[in-house]
Amino acid sequence: MEYFIQQLINGMTLGMIYGLIAIGYTMVYGIIGMINFAHGEIFMIGAFVSIITFLMLGILGVGWMPLAVLIVMIVTMLLTSVYGWALERVAYRPLRNSPRLAALITAIGMSIFLQNYVQLLQGARIKPLQPVIAGGFRFMQESDFVVTLSYLQVFIILLTLILMAVFTLVINKTALGRAQRACQQDLGMAALIGINVDRTISLTFVLGAAMAAVAGLMFLMNYGVIDFYIGFLAGIKAFTAAVLGGIGSLPGAMLGGLLIGLIEGFWSAYFTVEYKDVAAFSILVLVLIFRPTGLLGKPDIEKV
Amino acid sequence: MATPSSEQLKMQPLDLPALFKEAGYVAVVVLGLTIGLVGFKTEDVPGGLDIVTRFGQVILATVVAFAGRVGFILLRERRFIPVLIGAGAFSAAMLVLLIGNIVDADQGVGRFLPFESLVVNWLIMLFALVLAGRAAWLWSHTRRSQFVVDREAAMDRFSARVQQGAKFFGPLMLGVAIILPFLPVADRRLLDIAILVVTYIMLGWGLNIVVGLAGLLDLGYVAFYAVGAYSYALLATYLDLGFWTCLPFAGIMAAFAGIVLGFPVLRLRGDYLAIVTLGFGEMVRVILLNWYEFTKGPDGISGIPRPTFFGLPLVRSPPEGTESFHEFFGLTYSPLDRIIFLYYLILAMALVTNFFTLRIRKLPVGRAWEALREDETACRSIGINPRNTKLTAFAIGAMFGGFGGSFFATRQGFISPESFTFIESAIILAIVVLGGFGSQIGVVLAAILLIGLPEFFRELQQYRMLAFGAAMVTIMVWRPSGLLAHREPTIRLYPHGPPKEEGQS
Amino acid sequence: MTAPAHEQGGPLISVEHLTMRFGGLVAIDDVSFSGDNSEITAIIGPNGAGKTTVFNCLTGFYKPTVGRLTLNHPAKGELLLERMEGYQIPAHADVARTFQNIRLFPAMSVLENLILAQHNELMRASGFSVAGLLGMRRYHDAEQKAVERARYWLDRTGLTTRADWDAGNLPYGDQRRLEIARAMCIRPVLLCLDEPAAGLNPKESAELNELLRYIRDEHQIGLLLIEHDMSVVMEISDRIIVLDYGRKIAAGTPDEIKDNPDVIRAYLGETEEEALPEVVAQDLEHPVS
Ligand SMILES: Nc1ncnc2c1ncn2[C@@H]1O[C@H](COP(=O)(O)OP(=O)(O)OP(=O)(O)O)[C@@H](O)[C@H]1O
Ligand SMILES: [Mg+2]
Repeated sequence: MEYFIQQLINGMTLGMIYGLIAIGYTMVYGIIGMINFAHGEIFMIGAFVSIITFLMLGILGVGWMPLAVLIVMIVTMLLTSVYGWALERVAYRPLRNSPRLAALITAIGMSIFLQNYVQLLQGARIKPLQPVIAGGFRFMQESDFVVTLSYLQVFIILLTLILMAVFTLVINKTALGRAQRACQQDLGMAALIGINVDRTISLTFVLGAAMAAVAGLMFLMNYGVIDFYIGFLAGIKAFTAAVLGGIGSLPGAMLGGLLIGLIEGFWSAYFTVEYKDVAAFSILVLVLIFRPTGLLGKPDIEKV
Repeated sequence: MATPSSEQLKMQPLDLPALFKEAGYVAVVVLGLTIGLVGFKTEDVPGGLDIVTRFGQVILATVVAFAGRVGFILLRERRFIPVLIGAGAFSAAMLVLLIGNIVDADQGVGRFLPFESLVVNWLIMLFALVLAGRAAWLWSHTRRSQFVVDREAAMDRFSARVQQGAKFFGPLMLGVAIILPFLPVADRRLLDIAILVVTYIMLGWGLNIVVGLAGLLDLGYVAFYAVGAYSYALLATYLDLGFWTCLPFAGIMAAFAGIVLGFPVLRLRGDYLAIVTLGFGEMVRVILLNWYEFTKGPDGISGIPRPTFFGLPLVRSPPEGTESFHEFFGLTYSPLDRIIFLYYLILAMALVTNFFTLRIRKLPVGRAWEALREDETACRSIGINPRNTKLTAFAIGAMFGGFGGSFFATRQGFISPESFTFIESAIILAIVVLGGFGSQIGVVLAAILLIGLPEFFRELQQYRMLAFGAAMVTIMVWRPSGLLAHREPTIRLYPHGPPKEEGQS
Repeated sequence: MTAPAHEQGGPLISVEHLTMRFGGLVAIDDVSFSGDNSEITAIIGPNGAGKTTVFNCLTGFYKPTVGRLTLNHPAKGELLLERMEGYQIPAHADVARTFQNIRLFPAMSVLENLILAQHNELMRASGFSVAGLLGMRRYHDAEQKAVERARYWLDRTGLTTRADWDAGNLPYGDQRRLEIARAMCIRPVLLCLDEPAAGLNPKESAELNELLRYIRDEHQIGLLLIEHDMSVVMEISDRIIVLDYGRKIAAGTPDEIKDNPDVIRAYLGETEEEALPEVVAQDLEHPVS
């Protein structure tokens, strides 16, 4: 039982991270119908910018932890968004009317490019970081297995919930959100009624990248090590989460992320750790085959 | 589309604030892109990480981006001469520095190269050269710029000419390929590279069936390569079978894997299918890695037997009671023999793949593959079974992947899951994309370019994947159908050109 | 094997109690009709009436919610279309169709489009590619025959000189005709045409009428025709079925339909009979003949 609760907590934390990345996939898919395969790399860049900023702050002597985390978060969101923006502008915009597969190949090319770009600039070795937030709550002290809910996990879960709330507000209440929903329905029509489609799409990428940057920061703090390759697996899992939740649906992305995180947590705890990545892929395959619309997605009908 | 007349193209006065705003915008973006990852480098030091700053590079990159954008805007505004002079002078200066660097890396003018990375210096120089060249070209032509449609048509004509040309220089290349081992330049290194290139050509042709003809984006092609390699390795080491016995079996196993994968996923839409194949490739790798009892996991399988020349081993001293190749033919033993044999082996396998593809394209299945790529719904409406058709494409593509895998295993003598990562699939895909979907000659050129070149210029190795990614993006943006894509009908009513009354415009 | 159907006297195609629901939307509601050999049966109705959906059910793109679709194949006897998989309907039951939004293989040549329609036959002749790969005579002859049939339909549709063009480069009217030619190349017993005259100019429309009559009279197959262009419908159809909001509201000969008050109401709405668009009124009253 205690073990179960511990895994539940761990899985949830992981799920929050996947959920934040999944939002980027789902938004982009919703609006231009392409799988932004390079999104995992954006997440990885977010993690790298975070580690660099942490180190810089350490050198500059910013010791007060909450301030440091806040600064890192702002810096990484800002700089990673530039990558998101440039990605769309350089690689995807020229292909907006091309076949889907062309866009997907571009995205894969971009993903390979960014991975190697970071590897060349920062080296291939794994990058460790001292724990930033230590300590935690301990439950069920009397039994032989102590359940811990670390402050870091509380931080991750709370931050994700806050971001989600803000994000939902943005989508539902602001002009940008309205424009975005309009573009999601019909890009051509949205352009005709005077919505700046290019800008809306750019902002979608920026928002997605900012979320992924926060996820990168969380990943870094949670695991303490990163390398240039983390974007691949995390990206695939987050994509699985987006598909599982129903691609195009924002609550779906969060729900899917949570489920994937939990499945991964429990799988590694009760089955074999080695096959945990296979588990994620298997879920992806099963969902796509048996329920391509995911849990909360709308059916995507092709009329003939 | 009509070309705008020269009147319409009267020069507008330059709007300097707008120009600086646009270029400044680009510079700011480049600054944002580079400040974090270029400006600070994490260095491993005992007990953690340290930071090294490279702000000079960031500023340089920003300035170069600004200048480049200004040059681009000036071209757009038809100010050719300043661009020609500026970019020309800059590229000339860079070239001097670069050559100085080649002559003497430490002392000469090469020290003053702006960027730390030699490749970046070369790229900047080339970029400036292209800008200058374009300015010169536009200056000497009245046309303002080529239209996209024009370019597409021109590229298609060019690709068609390349394919036509392939009829002549194809056999020529084949001839060179055949006599290559006996050319004076053929040393061990060259032959090894040649084997590698031809292996990728074969894999590219195999994948071209799936991606180019059937239009199914397979991101897990390496899985079939792995299945082929492991089939051979396991059969050979466990059951003591020879290469030639195992080869068909490895192909069948790979084809079977293709069907097993294909069956559930073929209903999926194109991009989902791609992602699932990617997942499948990774799954195969993870299984190979963790099924220790059977595959020896990360340790890999060693001692895989080398191929024999119809039963004659290519070794110096054959095992008791057998005769080796050089003894049988009364030659003196040369360690190169085996390499040459491997080279011819893969060349033959590649040629079979090519012959097969060219042939099957003109058969009903091949046409059905292409039709499926065009429109699956229409296929169903004329009675083509989409599932079976896709399955055959998958299975046949996989089979060639499996053959390639067996060859890989016998050539290396050792395999491990390391060799079958997603990167491998991506490389093969990049070859197909760069060459142009469905273009056989394109695959050859792309493989030579992408595999051969970095092998010869070792310094390029670390940039290779970076270049692959960049090439895939550039080509898709520039010509989504692939660089040398051009489709010839598989059958013509008028093989000698259309009838007179009404020709194709 | 059952005896040939025309001897039994049943209609070529009979649709009974066809209902198709999409979630809450009832696109077709208990529609029954039949069509016969050497006859053009037109299905008309306002936009969204469910005409295309009927075709999609007939040709296996949708599984009907309720209903029975019986094809009395002249050679193969009674076939229940709703039980067949999509691609088998053209392959086995010999029912061909065209699409409201043309669906050719645009990057393939006109001739290839037509050869592809004979895929299954050629596939057998190529020994499922084995004989073909070995370059055997048998396949070569079969392909020659396929080209001949393609040429026949190219001649009928006036596309012969453009046989080697990419289908996607043809002008719109040619693409429409090519789609019909492709459908005919599968040698159907029933041909379903979804708005073949849409986007054609009057001259092309008239040629289309000729072509459809030719197919009906010379090849003696059944045709189902969805069409908004009344000049086409009134002139060439033998019988007309009218759908509105998924229900069949009338059926009969062109003359009967023309004066049917329900039909006029369905097309023009209940109240605004006087606001009748001129063109429609003319078409309804004076079909071009
Ligand atoms: N796959 C589907 N899913 C949901 N609704 C559908 C689907 N296909 C058709 N419909 C709905 O069924 C109704 C009938 O559509 P259908 O295409 O058959 O009309 P139609 O008579 O062919 O109209 P038109 O003259 O415009 O072609 C429409 O309301 C349409 O939105
Ligand atoms: Mg319709």
